[in-house]
Amino acid sequence: MAVAEAHTSPQSAQEKTWHGIVLEALKRNDIRLVPYVPDRVLTTLIKNIHADPFFTTFPTAREEEAVGIVSGAWMAGMRGAVLMQTSGFATLANILASLAIPYQIPLIMFVSERGTLGEFNYGQSLVCRTMRPVLDSLAMEHHTCTRLDEFEFIVDRSIKQALTTQAPVALILSPLLTGGKVFDK
Amino acid sequence: MNTAANNPARNTKIMNRFDVTSRLVAKLKNDEAVVGGIGNTNFDLWAAGHRPQNFYMLGSMGLAFPIALGVALAQPKRRVFALEGDGSLLMQLGSLSTIATLAPKNLTMVVMDNGIYQITGAQPTPAAAVADLVAIAVASGLTNSAWAADEEDFERLIEQSMSASGPTLIGVRIDDKPGTGATRRDPVQIRERFMHGMGVREPL
Repeated sequence: MAVAEAHTSPQSAQEKTWHGIVLEALKRNDIRLVPYVPDRVLTTLIKNIHADPFFTTFPTAREEEAVGIVSGAWMAGMRGAVLMQTSGFATLANILASLAIPYQIPLIMFVSERGTLGEFNYGQSLVCRTMRPVLDSLAMEHHTCTRLDEFEFIVDRSIKQALTTQAPVALILSPLLTGGKVFDK
Repeated sequence: MNTAANNPARNTKIMNRFDVTSRLVAKLKNDEAVVGGIGNTNFDLWAAGHRPQNFYMLGSMGLAFPIALGVALAQPKRRVFALEGDGSLLMQLGSLSTIATLAPKNLTMVVMDNGIYQITGAQPTPAAAVADLVAIAVASGLTNSAWAADEEDFERLIEQSMSASGPTLIGVRIDDKPGTGATRRDPVQIRERFMHGMGVREPL
C-alpha cells in the first residue's frame, strides 16, 4: 500500500495523501515552525513543507534540539511541530520528562515508524519496541495512525488537544499508512 | 582542577559567572529575553534579579541555545540572550551549526567556561584541556564568536551583539565557584511568567 509514493503532487480534494493531510492540518492550526531530523518515509512531506512559504522548516542535528526550538518558539507565540523517525524518538526521554511535560508545552511530534511490518534492520526493530513503553510510562497522548480515512480526524483533533491541554502528543505514522521503508537492495 | 584555566593558549581573564551575569542583566532595557541553562547558569541568572523575561531550565542539559533560538525565531524584533555552561554546550554542539544556518541576528549566546562540571563535584569536562569552544563555534559557522578578554571586553561584546547583523557567541572563562542563588523550581510558574514577559499571555 505505497500510498505515500503514489501521489507526490499537491493535494487535490479527491486524492488525499497522508502527507498532504499533515501539511494541511499544520496550516489550518497555524503551525509554522517545523524542524526535523529526516526519514526516508518523510521525504515528500519535508519537500512540500520546504516548498510552502507558510512554513519555517529546517533540519536539526538531533531531535532534542528540535524539541528545544519548538518549545522556545511556542512560549514566544509561534506554534511548531517536530518530524522524526522511531530511533530519533528514542533519544528524547530525558527532555520529555524535564521540559515538555513539566513545563506543560504542547509538543507535537510526527514519528515515522521504523522497526515493524517488514523491517530489515534488527536495531530498528529493537529500538521501536522502546517507543510505546516510554510514551506510556510518561502517560503521554499517542496514536498509531494506520488508515488514510481516519488520519485527518486524528491529526487535526490531536493537534487541537495538544494546544488546548498544553500536553505533548506523538502521532506515530505506521507503515500501514505510509508504505514504510522496504529493503531495496 | 580547572586545568583549562591554566591553558596558556587562552589569554583571557578568569571571571566570575554571577558577576558577568549581573553585568549583562544591568544592560537590559528593552525587555530582552534571557534563557538560563541548567544548574549554576540559571541560579546566577535568578540571583542577578528575577525578571519576567527570564526562562530557567530545570533539566534538559544542552538545550539553552535551541530554546533561545526558538524564542528568537518567534519574535525577531526582541533581543534574545542565552547563557550556557561549557559542559552543557558539549551535549549539543550540533545546535551551533543549526543556529549558524538560520542566522538570527537577534540572538546572543554566552558560554560560561570553567572546564568543569562544577555542580556534580568539579570533574573536568572531556574538552577542558584540549578544546576551544569559541573555535568550535567559529568552525560551526558562527563567525561572530569571541572570547571575552575581561569584564569590560564582555560588556563591549554584549553591546556590539545588540546591533550585529548575525548571531553572536561570547566565550567567558570563569572560575570554579558555585552558583549564587537557587531558582525556585516550579516549571509551570517559570513558563507562565516567561510567556507574560514575552507578551504572549496576560496574567490571570
